[in-house]
Amino acid sequence: MLELANPKRFMEFSYDVLPWVAIGAAVALCLGLYLALFVVPPDYQQGDTVRIMFVHVPAAWAAMMVYAAMVVASVISLIHRHPLADVAARTAAPLGALFTALALITGSLWGKPMWGTYWVWDARLTSFFILLLLYLAYIALWNAIEDETRAARACAILAIVGAVNLPIVEFSVDWWNTLHQGESIFRAGGPLIAPVFLWPLAIMSVGYTLLFVTLWLLRIRTEIMQRRIRTLTLSGDGHG
Amino acid sequence: MNAFSAILVRDTRLFFRAGGGAFLALAFFSSVAVLVPLGTGPDLALLGRIAGGVLWVAAVLAALLALDRMFQSDFDDGSLDLVALGPLSLEGVALAKIASHWLATGLPLTIVSPLLALMFNLPDRAYPALVASLAIGTPAVSAIGAIGAGLTLSIRRGNLILPLIVLPLLSPAVIFGAGGVLAAIDHVANGALWFLAAFSLVAVLLSPFAAAAAVRLNLAG
Repeated sequence: MLELANPKRFMEFSYDVLPWVAIGAAVALCLGLYLALFVVPPDYQQGDTVRIMFVHVPAAWAAMMVYAAMVVASVISLIHRHPLADVAARTAAPLGALFTALALITGSLWGKPMWGTYWVWDARLTSFFILLLLYLAYIALWNAIEDETRAARACAILAIVGAVNLPIVEFSVDWWNTLHQGESIFRAGGPLIAPVFLWPLAIMSVGYTLLFVTLWLLRIRTEIMQRRIRTLTLSGDGHG
Repeated sequence: MNAFSAILVRDTRLFFRAGGGAFLALAFFSSVAVLVPLGTGPDLALLGRIAGGVLWVAAVLAALLALDRMFQSDFDDGSLDLVALGPLSLEGVALAKIASHWLATGLPLTIVSPLLALMFNLPDRAYPALVASLAIGTPAVSAIGAIGAGLTLSIRRGNLILPLIVLPLLSPAVIFGAGGVLAAIDHVANGALWFLAAFSLVAVLLSPFAAAAAVRLNLAG
């Protein structure tokens, strides 16, 4: 793990790993979507709209997982002052915002036939909206600060403050109002959801996770290459 | 006078002097409150019900106005560098500045709020809850605001990005604050003010560290 902190090693490692992760993501997503759209029977209450769940729930999980990844990278960046951790945190943020937006959009598309409205001020929806705002604030702060290292450290502080505050937001919004169904998968006493729904959901989650890793690695590589190009161009200018 | 109270007194004075933001915040608070009945219509029953929420949102927005003064002017004229070299740690400085920001915004807003609540037809029984919630909750606004003020210190138009950072983090304060007022209207005891007090305490305790870290990274280099 620590050896990967060297950008050169990271570039070599990610070059080897990237195709396999990408293939894994493609296979899992295709298989998961096939199962979700054609194999899974319509739910006896929700009908065919239940299929939205297979793109919705993994997106929500991914959105939270990306934030966790961002916080870990931010802590490493603050403690070790490592540029690779900065790049990792920075490049994760837009992906997290995308997954959060995807979860919100698919959720509201499901909400229209089920709850009768695209948006309700329900606890889960509201706290995800706040999560999206936090991602956007993070991206905006990074873009606003010109100095790279300063931006990295300011954003790391923001990510950690957000991580402390998010559970409080979650609790307060829950206290405020809840309509979203409770947790049905990770609960004591086993999942409430039928196995025929559980398997495609698990495969889709793996697909989303691998998709995130693929895009993340790609973005980190791009960022490192851009920095190298900038350094080369600058030194080229120096020689006239 | 020790360093902490020196900064506290100096900053509080600056907030109340011309252009310092304290009176501006108060005027802004009233203007937002006046716009709401214009937008929702003058139905007194409705206004009485939403008074707590409206005043809380207005108070948070008004307190944000004065935030860019917390560190920015000291940073621009270099006095923040001197303060950082002084005997008080930056965490202590941040706490003093949070306290003076609260004295200049949170406290006056709390004092004026019953007057605006009167115009909003807030039921009599909810007045203690409104004043108590603002008194308990506005320190959290100043404290979390200090983090935003520290993070945006080196940005030229930082006051544009500051609300984007601070407002999502403040949602628990608005929920519990306005929730406490609604609970008083409905005669229910739901512990909102206790949750608000807990949130406020945690925010005031932890924010100086985050704010000081943010100021420090902007002073270095």
